[in-house]
Amino acid sequence: MASPSLGHDATSYAPPAELGEMELPHAHSFITRYIFCQDAKVIAIQYVITATAIGLVALALSILIRLQLGFPGTFSFLDPSNYLQYVTMHGMIMVVYLLTALFLGGFGNYLIPLMCGTRDMVFPWLNMLSFWTYLLAVLVLVASFFVPGGPTGAGWTLYPPQSISPGTPGVGGGIILMLVSLAIFIIGFTMGGLNYIVTVLQARARGMTLMRLPLTIWGIFLATVLAMLAFPALLVAALMMLFDLLLGTSFFMPAMIALGEQRGYDGGSPLLFQHLFWFFGHPEVYIVALPAFGIVSDVLATHARRNIFGYRMMVWALVAIAGLSFVVWAHHMYVSGMNPYFGFLFATTTLIIAVPTAIKVYNWVLTLWQGNIKLTVPMLFCIGFMFTFLNGGLSGLFLGNVTVDVPLADTYFVVGHFHMVMAVAPIMVIFAAIYHWYPKVTGRMLNNTMGKIHFWVTLLGTYAVYYPMHYMGFAGVPRRYYAYGETAFIPDSVVTLNSFISIAAIIVALAQFMFIYNMVVSYFRGEEAGPNPWDATTLEWQTEHTPPRHGNFGPELPVVYRWAYDYGVPGAKHDFIPQNVPPEKVERAGPGDPQAR
Amino acid sequence: MAIALVLLFLVLGTVAFHFISPWNLTPLASNWGDIDTTIHITLLVTGVVFVLVNLFMIYTIVRFRYDKNRRSRYDPENKKLEIWLTGITSLGIAALLAPGLVVWGAFVSPPDDAHEMEVVGQQWHWSYRFPGDDGQFGAVHARFITDDNPFGLNPDDPRGQDDVLIDSPVVVLPVDKPVRLVLRSKDVLHNFKVANFRAKMDLVPGQTSYMWLTPTVVGEYDMICAQLCGIGHFAMRGKVRVVAQEEFEEWLAGRPTFAEQRSRPAADPQAGEQQYAVCTACHGADGLGNQDLNAPKLAGMSAWYVERQLNNFRSGARGTHEDDLHGQQMRPFATMLQDETAIRNISAYVESLPHRHVATTVSGNVERGQRLYRTCANCHGAEGEGNRYVNGPQLAGIQDWYQMTQLANFRQGIRGRHAADLYGNQMVDMAQMLVNETAKRDVVAYINTLSPAVGADPKISQLQRDD
Repeated sequence: MASPSLGHDATSYAPPAELGEMELPHAHSFITRYIFCQDAKVIAIQYVITATAIGLVALALSILIRLQLGFPGTFSFLDPSNYLQYVTMHGMIMVVYLLTALFLGGFGNYLIPLMCGTRDMVFPWLNMLSFWTYLLAVLVLVASFFVPGGPTGAGWTLYPPQSISPGTPGVGGGIILMLVSLAIFIIGFTMGGLNYIVTVLQARARGMTLMRLPLTIWGIFLATVLAMLAFPALLVAALMMLFDLLLGTSFFMPAMIALGEQRGYDGGSPLLFQHLFWFFGHPEVYIVALPAFGIVSDVLATHARRNIFGYRMMVWALVAIAGLSFVVWAHHMYVSGMNPYFGFLFATTTLIIAVPTAIKVYNWVLTLWQGNIKLTVPMLFCIGFMFTFLNGGLSGLFLGNVTVDVPLADTYFVVGHFHMVMAVAPIMVIFAAIYHWYPKVTGRMLNNTMGKIHFWVTLLGTYAVYYPMHYMGFAGVPRRYYAYGETAFIPDSVVTLNSFISIAAIIVALAQFMFIYNMVVSYFRGEEAGPNPWDATTLEWQTEHTPPRHGNFGPELPVVYRWAYDYGVPGAKHDFIPQNVPPEKVERAGPGDPQAR
Repeated sequence: MAIALVLLFLVLGTVAFHFISPWNLTPLASNWGDIDTTIHITLLVTGVVFVLVNLFMIYTIVRFRYDKNRRSRYDPENKKLEIWLTGITSLGIAALLAPGLVVWGAFVSPPDDAHEMEVVGQQWHWSYRFPGDDGQFGAVHARFITDDNPFGLNPDDPRGQDDVLIDSPVVVLPVDKPVRLVLRSKDVLHNFKVANFRAKMDLVPGQTSYMWLTPTVVGEYDMICAQLCGIGHFAMRGKVRVVAQEEFEEWLAGRPTFAEQRSRPAADPQAGEQQYAVCTACHGADGLGNQDLNAPKLAGMSAWYVERQLNNFRSGARGTHEDDLHGQQMRPFATMLQDETAIRNISAYVESLPHRHVATTVSGNVERGQRLYRTCANCHGAEGEGNRYVNGPQLAGIQDWYQMTQLANFRQGIRGRHAADLYGNQMVDMAQMLVNETAKRDVVAYINTLSPAVGADPKISQLQRDD
C-alpha cells in the first residue's frame, strides 16, 4: 500500500502547459543587456536603483523639514516657501515614486516570473518601455526643482484652488511639471501593470494553481489590479487641473478672488478634486500595503520554518481589503465640507476594513506560534513590521471613526499614524525583502552585523520619531506649519519634543546610508550564498543558476506539485519541501531525524 | 533574545509614555465632551489590543526560538480558531463604531434654537458676519468683493443690509448658546479650528459648509487654520472670546452693519492737513521723515495702513512694549487725535503727500535678498507695492533704516505681539525666517532696489474699473 503524500495540497498530477515556450529577446550587447534590457530581473533592478535614488532625495528633504521643525529660526535657507515645497515633494516622492515603484516595478518584476515559474513577463518589450517611461516621469519631477519658483508647495494632495493659485510656492512651473510627471508615471505604470496581471493570470507554471501561489504574488497581483483601477482617477484629476490652469476651464475652480485678484473662474468644485484624488489615494495606501502584506507572509513563514497560518483566509482577506479599499475614500474628507451625512457610510466601511486587516495580523503572529523561529535579519525586520503595523493600524481606528477624527484631523496625530502604517511598516518589509532576496539577486549574502545595527537603529529610531507625534496631535498641534509662533494651546515643550524627534530622524537617516554601503560592499565581498540559503520552498530558490539567468530556469520549466508553505511537514526528512518536488520524491524522515510536533 | 526584550521595553514604554505625556487634549470649552469620550473609548480598546497582541508575540518569540532538534507544528488550516478571532474582532469593531456614529448623529444636527454666525476665510486672515435683526444672511458673490466691500455682499439684497460685519480676526460668542457656524472661503480651502471646541470643518470656496457647537466656558481661545492654504498658512490666526450673553449683545450692537459701513462719509484730506501740523515736528512738512529723530517717512504710505497704525498707537496695541522706545514716543501724539474721523482724515492727507526718493543706508547681498523676498512678495507685492486685500503695507520707498528696526522689533515680538494688534502677529511669525542680521540686511537691500509706484493697490483699482 502506497503511503499518503507528505504535505498540504500535494498531488502527483500536473496539468499540461497552457502556453508553449516563449521566444526570449536575448541580449547581444552591453546596451541590450544592461540598459535597454527586456529581462524582467534587470528591469526590476533598474526600478530599484531609480526609486532608491529619488527616495534618497525625499529622505534629504525630510531632514530639511525636521531641521526647521526641530530648530526653528536657525537656518537661513529654510523659509515658509521652501518648507512647504520640501513637505510636498517629500510626500509625493515617497508615496508614488518610491513605494509604488519599488514594490510593483521592483519586487513585482523580479518575483512574479520567478515565483510563478515562468521565463519572463509575457510582454517583455512593453515591460522595458514601462521602466523608461517611469524614468522620464522621475526626471520631469526632478526638473521641477530647477524651474523658476521651484517645485509646487501645495502639499502632496495638491488640493485646488490652492495648488494653482497665488500664495502657493511653485504655482508657475512647479505644479505643471508635477501634474505632467504624474500623468507620465501613470501611463508608464499602466504598461507594467497590465503585464503583471496577464503574467500572473496566464503564464504560471504547470500545477501552479491560484491557491498554490505564494502570498507575495497574491499581494503584488491584487495591488496591481487596484492600481489599474485607481490611477485613472488621478490621471483625469491631473489633466483636469492642467486644463484649469492652462486653458482656463473651471473643473475645480469656483469664482474666487486670490490675494486681491479676481481669477475669472466660476462654478468649479474643489471637492470634486478631493473625491477623485482620494478615490485614487486610498487604494494607493493598499497598493503599497498589499505587496508588503504578501512579502512579509512569505518571509515570516520561511524564517519561522512554519507554514503560513490560515493561507486561504489570508488570500480572502487580501481580496476583501482590495475590494473594500474602493469604498472608504471619503474618510480622508470627514472635515472637508462635503455633505457630513457621508460620514455615517464611510466610517462604517472604514471600520469594516479593520476586520480582514486584523485577521492578517493574527495570522502572522500565529505563524510564529508553534514555529521554529530563526532570528535572522529578515525575520527581525518582519517582527519590526508587525510591531509598527499593529501600532499604525490601531491608530487608524481613531481616524477612521468619523467622530474621533474631527479633533485629530490635520494634526500631528495624522502625521504619526500614516508614517507608522504607510512609511515605516512597508519600509520594514522592503528591508526584510532585500535582506531575504539579495542572496538570490546577487549570489552573495549581506553582512549580518551591519544588518542588525541597521535594524535596531531603524526600529527604535522610527518609533521615537513617530510615536510621540500622536500625543502632539491630541494636544491639537497642527501639521504643515512652518512655525508655531505664540499659540495658547501649544506649550514650549512641543518645541523640545520636536528637537528630540529631529535628532532621532537624523540618526535613522544616517543608518540608511550604512545599509546602502552594505548592499554595495556585499555585492563584491559578501559571503557566497548558494542557490537556497534560507531553505525556502518557493520556485525562485530552485533555479538552476544563482543569480538566475535570462529565462530564469533551466531547459525545463518547473512543475508545481504543492502549495508554497510546506515547512515542518511531519514525516519528511528535511524541514521544508520545495513546491516543485513531486510527492514520490519527498525524502522521508528516519529514526534519527527531528520529529514534527 | 534581544528582540523580545526590546519589544517588551517598547510596549511598556508606550504605555508609560501615555500616562506621563504632558501633551494631551486641551481643556474642553464646548458641548463636545462626547467626542472626548469616543477618544477615550478608542484609546482603551486599542491600548488593550496593542499590549495583548505584542505580549503574545514576545512570548512566542521566546518560547519558539530556533532549536535544530525541533520541528514547527504543521497545521495548514485551523478554521475554528479563525472564525472565533474574526467574530471577536467584528464585535470589538462594532463596539468602537456604534458610539462614534451616535455622536456623529448629534454633530450633523444643529439644534433649532442655534443662532448663526458666518466665518469667512481668505489668505491669510479671518472675518465674520452675523445675520443682523432679520436673522438672515444677505447674498454674497466673489465678484462683489472690493476694498470697500470685503465680504462681497450683494449691495442690492435687502437681507444683507442689516448683516453685522466683523472685519477683524477676533470674534465674540455668547456662552452656553448653541451656534451654527456657516463657513465660507473667498479663495482657497481653510479650516476653522479652535482646539478647545474639538469641532472643526473646512471652508470651501464656491459653497458653504457648516458645523455647530455650544461654547461652555468663558474665556479667550486661539483659533488657527487647519487646512494648508499657502505660504501664510501657519500665520493665519484668530481668536474667539466667549462671554456672557449681555456682554455679547453689547459688543454686537457696537459693530457696523453693512448699510452703516457703506454710508460712511469719505475721508477729507483737507481737514487732515490741519491736524498734520503737529506731525511736522518730527516727520517733516513734506512727510519725508527724520532719521535723527527716528521718525520714518510717511509720504506715499497708503491711507488704510496709516489709519490702522494710528489706531494701534492710540489703543496701545503699538508703542507700549517696554523695548519699543521709538514707538513710545509716537503714542502720545496718536492719542491726541480725538476720533475715528480725525484719524481717517489725517491718513488720507498722508497718502496724498507726494512720494520722493530717499537716500539708502543699508547694503547687503541683493541676490540673496531677492530669494528671501519671494516669501514677502505674497503679501507685500512683487514690487513691494503693498496689497491692502491681504493687509500687506507698501515696502518700496520706505526708508531702509526704519525697515531694519521694524524687522528686528517684529522678530523679537516688540511689535506685533500685543493682543489688540490684529495683523501684526502675522508679521512676527513671518519675520522668524530672517534668522540673523545678514538676512535682514539682504532682504532690505533688495527692497531698496524696488521703485515705489504712485497709488497703491493697482490690482484692486483695476478690478473696480472692470466692474
